[in-house]
Amino acid sequence: MKIDKNTINKIARLSRIKLDDKESEDYINDLNSILDWVEQLNEVNTENVEPLSNISSSILPKREDVSNDSNSSEEILENAPDKLEGFFAVPKVVE
Amino acid sequence: MNNLIKGEKHDWEMVIGLEIHAQVKSNSKLFSSSSTKFGSSPNSQVSLVDAAMPGMLPVINKYCVEQAVKTGVGLNAKINNYSVFDRKNYFYADLPQGYQISQYKYPIVGEGKVTIDFKDGTSKDIRIVRLHLEQDAGKSLHDQNPSKTYVDLNRSGVALMEIVSEPDIRTPDEAGMYISKIRSILMYLDTCDGNMQEGSLRADVNISVRKPGDEYGTRCEIKNLNSIKFIKQAINYEAKRQIEILESGGFIEQNTMLFNTSTGKTRPMRNKEEAHDYRYFPDPDLLPLEISKEEIGKIKSSIPELPDELKNKFIETFKLSNYDASVLTAEKQTSDYFNETINSDPELKNHAKIVVNWITSELFSLLNKNNQDLNNSPVSPENLGQLIKLISTNEISGKIAKDVLEDMFSSGKTPRQIVDEKGLQQVTDQDEIAKVIDEVIAENPKMVEQYLAGKDKLLGFFVGQAMKFTKGKANPKMLNDILKQKLNKKN
Repeated sequence: MKIDKNTINKIARLSRIKLDDKESEDYINDLNSILDWVEQLNEVNTENVEPLSNISSSILPKREDVSNDSNSSEEILENAPDKLEGFFAVPKVVE
Repeated sequence: MNNLIKGEKHDWEMVIGLEIHAQVKSNSKLFSSSSTKFGSSPNSQVSLVDAAMPGMLPVINKYCVEQAVKTGVGLNAKINNYSVFDRKNYFYADLPQGYQISQYKYPIVGEGKVTIDFKDGTSKDIRIVRLHLEQDAGKSLHDQNPSKTYVDLNRSGVALMEIVSEPDIRTPDEAGMYISKIRSILMYLDTCDGNMQEGSLRADVNISVRKPGDEYGTRCEIKNLNSIKFIKQAINYEAKRQIEILESGGFIEQNTMLFNTSTGKTRPMRNKEEAHDYRYFPDPDLLPLEISKEEIGKIKSSIPELPDELKNKFIETFKLSNYDASVLTAEKQTSDYFNETINSDPELKNHAKIVVNWITSELFSLLNKNNQDLNNSPVSPENLGQLIKLISTNEISGKIAKDVLEDMFSSGKTPRQIVDEKGLQQVTDQDEIAKVIDEVIAENPKMVEQYLAGKDKLLGFFVGQAMKFTKGKANPKMLNDILKQKLNKKN
């Protein structure tokens, strides 16, 4: 797999990151060298080997269904750049 | 049943599949301890996990997992011992994480099916592809300010079950019956409150059209419909739209649509260049979810009687029709009410069909008229049972019983009280009825003549007159018999 200009632009847009031409060029080179390095793994025969989803062998910890009733609104909105009557206020988004 | 839409050159068939989002009934969210209560003040139920503060880690709610397994069993589906949580990545103001934790490749529940019952006694299976657990997003208010969107994260992180059907649905009515059936199963299981107004249950509809027998056409998806009425409207509109395009030589572009509930129309939500690329990958914060056979067995044994089992039991025990039994079991409160009524007196078991009719037509229409629910019906199951017993023992006629029911509904009195107070007992005394008939015959010699000359329809007139004399209390069958006898004797 090779990263080209189109791919880098797509990844940048999906990540909401703005890249100028110089930066795109740098990222194309960086990502390609990373991919080349990872591609060495293709030399290993992985037929009939289940993909490893996690390196830890422990079991997913679970919680009981208990709710805490503390009112969070003041704390949660503390860092909001803009708010109104308990709501976050953001630039208008309508689909 | 004809499921086809008439077209210019040939008929069209709709192909419909539903993705239902059902909020899990639980006290706390899927990965945090915030409350799931509906209607609280904005952002009051948001933990640092729900707000996606850096460094916060999700811990799964055991009960939500059990609820999903329970629902899977209720959908006759395969429960997967191993499932994985993935990140579905997209940017939106009401999704603080920048991704939704969902299940992609390995859902907790696999293939299943539900059965829908038609009025004509037939039924149809709708296959389920899968059910997976995922987080709900927050709520955005777009219409409060011309330049701002307001965001409330109370719903953010609440557990959802997404139930995906195969495209086995062929008409808007079937779609409505399917979602009603799912809702009914969820409510019997108590895994979702089924409240569509509050958004606890909502659906995305996939729809395409084709010439019957052809391959599937290109489909469009209508997002986020929260009532059965809107689902049907949206399907009808969208099918018509697609047929018009195809018949004028165009082709359907695969698209995500929004349904405008005030205009009844669908419109594309975003264009193709902006099509989402979710980049699913396993969430590194969560280990795979493993459920042992023992745990599944334990959950299975805790499952209450479901609508279909109850339906079959009603058919077998009370010899009810498939349709009557499915109407009775569609909502838990209806089947509970029926059970309580029929068990209130041993005699009533022999009159099950009458009990069904009095609940589903007479009582329901009174409740509807008064905007009330069966849960707080002013007529108790015992009292309705007593009323039906008065009918079955011929103490009052069915016609009078309707008036008695209305009285019971408004006054809360027992049927016995009302019948005694108003003297409504049916007249079943042969001699008394005969006396009344003699009078009617004596008073209407001309009519008698006409009747004997062959005007059979006049029998109704005599019955009416005699009923009037007895204030509607004469036993109708006896009245008819004696009347015919007497008239024919005149011949």
